[in-house]
Formats: sequence, C-alpha cells, structure tokens
Amino acid sequence: MKYLDRIVEKTGWPRLIIGLFLFSLFIAAPFAQVKIGTSLSDTLIRFGMNGIMVLALVPMIHSGCGLNFGLPLGIIAGLLGATITIELGATGAASLFIAILAATPFALVFGWGYGNLLNRVKGNEMMIATYVGFSSVAFMCMMWLLLPYSSPTMVWGYEGVGLRTTISVEGFYLHALSNFLAVRIGTFFLPTGMLLFMGFVCFLVWAFLHTKTGTAMTAVGSNPVFARASGVNIDRMRTISVILSTWLGAVGIIVYQQSFGFIQLYMGPFYMAFPAVAAILIGGASVNKASIMNVLIGAFLFQGILTMTPSVMNSIIQMDMSEVIRIIVSNGMILYALTRVKKGAH
Amino acid sequence: MKDKSPLLEMRNISKDFFGNSVLKDVSFKLEKGEILGLVGENGAGKTTLMKILFGMTVIRDTGGYSGEIFLEGKPVSYKTPFEALDDGIGMVHQEFSLLPGFTAAENILLNRESTKNNFMTELFGDRMKNLDRKDMRKRALKAIGKVGVQLHEDMLISDMPVGHKQFTEIARELEKDNIKLLVLDEPTAVLAESEAEILLKSMKKLSSEGISIIFISHRLREIINITDKILILRDGRIIQEKPTSSTNISEIAEAMVGRELEVSKREDVRVFDRTFLSVSRLWVNMPGETVRDVSFDVNEGEIFGIGGLAGQGKLGIPNGIMGLFPGGGEIILDGKKIGLNSPRIALDSGMAFVSEDRRDVGLLLDEPLDWNISFTAMQVQNKFLKPIFGNLIKWRDEKAIQNAAKGFIDALEIKCTGYSQKAQELSGGNQQKICLAKAFIVEPRVLFVSEPTRGIDVGAKKIVLDTLIKNNREKGTTIIMISSELEELRSVCDRIAIVDEGKIAGILPATRPAADFGLLMLGTAPVSGGAE
Ligand SMILES: Nc1ncnc2c1ncn2[C@@H]1O[C@H](COP(=O)(O)OP(=O)(O)OP(=O)(O)O)[C@@H](O)[C@H]1O
Ligand SMILES: [Mg+2]
Repeated sequence: MKYLDRIVEKTGWPRLIIGLFLFSLFIAAPFAQVKIGTSLSDTLIRFGMNGIMVLALVPMIHSGCGLNFGLPLGIIAGLLGATITIELGATGAASLFIAILAATPFALVFGWGYGNLLNRVKGNEMMIATYVGFSSVAFMCMMWLLLPYSSPTMVWGYEGVGLRTTISVEGFYLHALSNFLAVRIGTFFLPTGMLLFMGFVCFLVWAFLHTKTGTAMTAVGSNPVFARASGVNIDRMRTISVILSTWLGAVGIIVYQQSFGFIQLYMGPFYMAFPAVAAILIGGASVNKASIMNVLIGAFLFQGILTMTPSVMNSIIQMDMSEVIRIIVSNGMILYALTRVKKGAH
Repeated sequence: MKDKSPLLEMRNISKDFFGNSVLKDVSFKLEKGEILGLVGENGAGKTTLMKILFGMTVIRDTGGYSGEIFLEGKPVSYKTPFEALDDGIGMVHQEFSLLPGFTAAENILLNRESTKNNFMTELFGDRMKNLDRKDMRKRALKAIGKVGVQLHEDMLISDMPVGHKQFTEIARELEKDNIKLLVLDEPTAVLAESEAEILLKSMKKLSSEGISIIFISHRLREIINITDKILILRDGRIIQEKPTSSTNISEIAEAMVGRELEVSKREDVRVFDRTFLSVSRLWVNMPGETVRDVSFDVNEGEIFGIGGLAGQGKLGIPNGIMGLFPGGGEIILDGKKIGLNSPRIALDSGMAFVSEDRRDVGLLLDEPLDWNISFTAMQVQNKFLKPIFGNLIKWRDEKAIQNAAKGFIDALEIKCTGYSQKAQELSGGNQQKICLAKAFIVEPRVLFVSEPTRGIDVGAKKIVLDTLIKNNREKGTTIIMISSELEELRSVCDRIAIVDEGKIAGILPATRPAADFGLLMLGTAPVSGGAE
C-alpha cells in the first residue's frame, strides 16, 4: 500500500486520472470500431507537432516570467520565416532549416523587445503577455496584407497582393521531418524524424538549463532577491529566457506546419498559447517550476485525449460530431488546467 | 483541589516527515498561568511540536501525527490554526506572518476589525460593514500597551525594523480576548537585549493574569530568568523536565547537546598594521535601518564587530556596502575604490555577505541544499563548472557541487537528510549554517556576517563562531560581524563599533567592559528609537 501511495504522490492524482482515462479510451477504441493503429499514430503525430510549442513555455517559467501567453509572438516570427523562405523559392526538405534560420532574427528581435517590456511589469507578466500575444496577432493581420510578398503560391490569385489565409507547404517542406526514417505498419504510421527532432530540441533546452546561465535563470525564478544578492543580473536573465521562449515558439510552428501541411496566417496564431499552456499544466508544471518531463507527459496526455475522445465518442453515438466534441474537450481541458495553476512554495 | 486537569497536556506525541522521525513519544503538562521553557538544539523538533499543537496544515499535509492533546481535560486535535485560535491558543511563529503594506494596527486586528453598520449592511450583510477606525486604534493601542513597548500603530510593517515587527506579532496575539495559551517561538531572536528585556517583563505580567505561555528560545539566560519549568528536547525526545529553580544554564546546555561544552577563552586583542577596508561617509537607504554618515577602517586579518540597538542602522552598513540597498559614500578595499549599488561589483572585489534575512535574501527555499551552497561561487567565480568545447559551454558539475555540499554538511554539522533536501525543510538554525557555507565557499577576502547566530542553539552557536574564528586565523579572512548580542561580539571580535542613529557612536577594543559599550548604545538614543 505504501508503495502505491508513493506512486500516487509522485505522479499526482490529476495526471493519474487523465492517464487512466486515456488508457481506457485506447482499450475502448477497438470495440467502437476505431482502428487502434490510426488512433495511436494520430496521437503520436499530434504529440510531435505540438511538443516544441509546449517546450517553448519552459524557459520563461524557469526565470519567473510565468506562463508564456505571448506565445503567438514567437509563432509570428516562425510565420515570417516560413513565408520568406517560400518567397525566396527554397524548395525540398532543406527549406525547413532555411525557414528556421530565417525566423531566427525575428525571434531574437521580438523576444528582446517583449522581454524588456515584461521587465517593466514584474508581477503582472501573464496579463501583459496575453495582451502582447493578442495585439501582435491583430497587428500582423494588417501586415500580411501589406507586406510586399509576390510568390504566386502565397498571394491572393485575383489581386496579386496580400497573403492568403492558408498556404500549402507542399513542394516546400511538407513532411520533411515526419517522413525521415518513418515506419509504416498497416494503418500505423510513426513520424520518426519529427519525434527525433523534437527529442533533439528538448535535449538542447535540458542542456541549456544545466549550464551556468541556465542555472542562474532557474535561480532568478526561484528567488530573485537571492539571485541578485549573488551578483546575477535579473533583467538580463529574464530577457534571455523570453528570447529563448520566443525562438522555440518559432521553431515549434514550423515543425507543426511541416506535419500539418499548411501555413496558417492571420488569426492562426491567436489560440495557439492556450493548448500549450494547458498541456504543460496537465504535465505537472506550476507557474514557476517546469521540467522537460512535464512537457513530454503533458503534451502526450493533452494531445492523446484530444485525438481519442472525438473518434471514440463519434463511433459510439453514430453521428458526426467530432468537431463539436473536439472543441468541447479541448476547451474543457484548458479550463481545467487553468484552475490548476498553482504557485510554487512561495 | 478545584480543577485537577491541567490547562494543556500533550501525550505521546510522535511525528515523522516521510520516514524521518522528528518527534518521539513526547508528553508534558502545562498548568494555568505557568511559563514553560522549551529548549533544544536546532532541529530538535521544538517548532514541529508547536505546529502540531496549533493545527498547522503542513502537519496534515505531511502525514499527520500520532498521540493525544488535551486542553483543559478535553481531547482536541486541530485541523487548522483557526480552530486553535477559537479555543484561545495564540502562536507567534519563528517566521513573520504580517502583511507588509499594512499598518501595525491593521495587522494586529486582522480579521477581527471593529466594524460599524451602514445602510449597505442591511442590504448585503456583514461584509459591507464599515471599519471603525477610531475603535480599532483604541484596541490596537491597548494590545501594544500589554506588550509594554512604544510602537506606532500607524507605521507600515514594511517600514519597520525587525524588532518592531516582532512586537506587532505579539500584540496581535494578545489582542484576542479569549486567549488562554500563548506560544512564542523564538520571539527574542530578532530583538536587541534591551528590547527582549521589555518582552520578558510583559510575559511575566501575562502569566500573573493567568495566561499560560510556552516560550522557545536559544538564549538560555532568558529561559532561566522567566520560566517556571523547563523542557529539554534532543533529537525529538524529552530528555529532561525540571522546575527552573532546580537547574542552571550549564546543566541545560549540556543536556541539550549531550556533551560538555567547554567555554572558549578569548585571546588578548591583536595588533594590526595594515588598513584593508576603509569606509568613509557611507549613507544607506535601508528602511528601518537607515545609515546616515558612517566612516571606519578595518585592518587586514581583523575581526571587526558592529553592534547597536535594533533600528539604529547597524544592519544597513553591510547591506549598503554589498549593493543590496541604495547608498553613497566611498569604499576602498586594499587600495582600490569599490563601486556601490551593485552586488556584482562587491562580490567581484572579493567581499561576501551572510544576510540577516535568510529566508528572502539568503536562501533558495525551493531548491536543494547543494544549489544553495554552490550558487554564488558558481555565478561569481565560475567554480563548479566544467568547460565544454573550449570554454564555449560552462556545464554545471553536479558531482563537484554535491561533494562540496557534503563537505560543509559534515563540517558544520548541518542536520538534514542529504544534499538534495530542499532548504525550506531545514530547521531555522540549520538554514543559517547553509548561509554560512555559501559564504565560506567563495573564500572571500572580506566577509560580512550579519546576525550569524540569530536563532541557533548553544552548540551550533559555538560551531559557527569557532568556524568564523578558524576561518579568520587560518585563511586570514577579514571579518566584519554585525550582531545585536554584545556578548557574542565581545567574545569574538578585536574591535567593536557601536552604531547609534545611523552614525558611529564610538569604536572600542573588545576587551573593554560591557558597560562602556552599553553607554555608547544608550548615550543619545532612547531605547526604542529608530522609527521616524
Ligand atoms: N516540512 C518539512 N519537511 C521535512 N522535514 C521537516 C519539515 N519541517 C521540519 N522538518 C525537519 O524536522 C526537524 C525538526 O525541525 P524543527 O523546525 O521542529 O526544529 P527546531 O527545534 O524548531 O529547530 P530551530 O531551533 O533550528 O528552529 C528538522 O530536522 C527539520 O529538518
Ligand atoms: Mg524552530
């Protein structure tokens, strides 16, 4: 019994219940005529698509800037990188890396400005971050129309100016990562390359947190007064964390696009922050503590439930309600996760 | 024989934190109006025992306790402090629990404010009542009067020196009219001797009015002077329970640590020939501890003491020099001018600081001990880092960090489950030792230690002071020690400066009689000065 208690204590009830629920969905799937192979690979694909965007929250949590509701800003940097790559005419799998490279300077500049802004509003970071996210999306809605893009794959056909709302990445970096070393068994598809890439980025963040700078960042989040007394420049650490979060958001959306197949502009980035925040909270993170494990567990549970519930429910009630169910489940989980927001010990 | 059940009885109390047993079968009784002294080494379990009595939620969150508690013969087991409060038990915690942005009066009456009805109350109920400021003021002043100090009821907590905060906490407990039992967990640790004196006097008065008191302190003289009965805890067990009249300080001290404590003899005053640190016209804007105009020289290899009453500015001196609070003036270390207002510059020049505020400044409460000990050395001196790819990446060397932490845990006899325990879970005194370890590890040229023995037991105090002396004698570290305890300064330092009203009232060799220092302290300032 004591052993069991310890497991429950370590994992935490919410994760245990969600995990068991997901497991039971997988068990129920065959009885509801849902192909287990498809459901499993759908879950893995969504996990790989969203993982890096969940990871993008980690640096800011560590430095005490809270949950990055301004994630859309990083996503916008990624969108700029993606559209510029296509505008330049880069094609094939290599264009994915060109897109990441092209997004990097935007991410650095945006992150730097955003970081400086957050340093002025200590204590209210999350509210300001939400404003930054929303207003940057609104601003870019205009810019997508005005920026002088001309590639015919991207601009509106009849006018010749202004970018379309969705742009296909086919011929550019569609499945550039997903198909690398991919495994196909019947209906089951394993996007090996994408998962490997995600693992690699997770490793980079993990490694960063083990360096001198990473350690200082964690200490700033844990107790800024202590960090300052130890000679750490708090504002600088916070700015670095925001830049890192923003850059990871940019990389995250590009990886997402290569799997999804489309670049979504305009309102596309608007709602991206909430699922990521929900996932990391479900994974067991708090407002000022988060580990790579929280990211992996959270992204898997959140995306797993999101994939499995609609398809199983749909087959059971024999009606095509999958979109409705998906919205209910995803917003329900976001709401649930936000009620779980807890500060650390402070 | 009117009522034979005692006011409080705790019977067979045991408690463990995840298998780490901290209280074993503790039983005792407390009569009405009695003052019980609870003493024991750091980590002996004193605070934990009181937290159990008071129904603190950490106890339940960590698996509860076993044993029984009786209040006036009735079995009780509080699930929250509110239930304990309702039964007339008040507790002043080792760590402050005041609202910083509110005044003394507001804190004293928190949740028990005087209210007046208005038309909104008719519509929306009690939550809409007005505060009756006039009555609140009267009640707050009455409570402050019970403590027996001069305390301004309109002063914000955030502007108060620590001593006043402590008095505010005590006044808050005394304001409750049903109070039967008052638990004071190291209330005098942050007070200067003269202030402690006042508090002890009011405790005597309370007990004569029939209020029972449990008093925890590491100052054994206070325990002897004021208590009726003394309970000694060691490693979670009661090892001695005696009426105060039949014991003495050295017996208590030995029972506490389980071995004889030899008294270290102080050496003669040493002579130095080289000025190492020169401070001139320093001013520091630290709330409650303002420094106005301070100049002094410290010699290389000296232990220099700074004393004075709470609130006079002695704490502002190290905090200003180390760049934690804004200030101005000139600091010259070993011939080089050191900039103010930047902790980094101060640290880089080879100075280190053990802050008096260990919970906010001194520790990463949420992180393990090895992080706490090594962090400053890592950030400032690049210790505990392994270079990768030339020096491109500075990788944290976990093994080295852990070994260093283990070394200090052994050397300073820090009581913990291991280097990976969180700082938060240590007892107050052991946290203090972590702060010292953190400073020693950077091997500073000048070490400021502020209230180094605050809240630590006699055994640990000796270890801490001996460690400081050893460090000074063997490594030649120049040490500046700021303390409210004159005796402690006199036993360790070569010279002592007394600070009064933000200025140095005088600097004397430590061998001068205590009365001389006392005169310097009292010369111009009233006993509870410092508030403006
Ligand atoms: N929340 C906790 N989790 C784990 N261990 C704890 C916790 N709180 C206290 N302890 C442990 O219980 C023991 C007793 O601690 P306690 O605070 O009661 O000591 P104390 O006698 O008050 O010491 P001090 O004089 O230093 O204040 C210590 O070893 C401490 O590490
Ligand atoms: Mg204690």
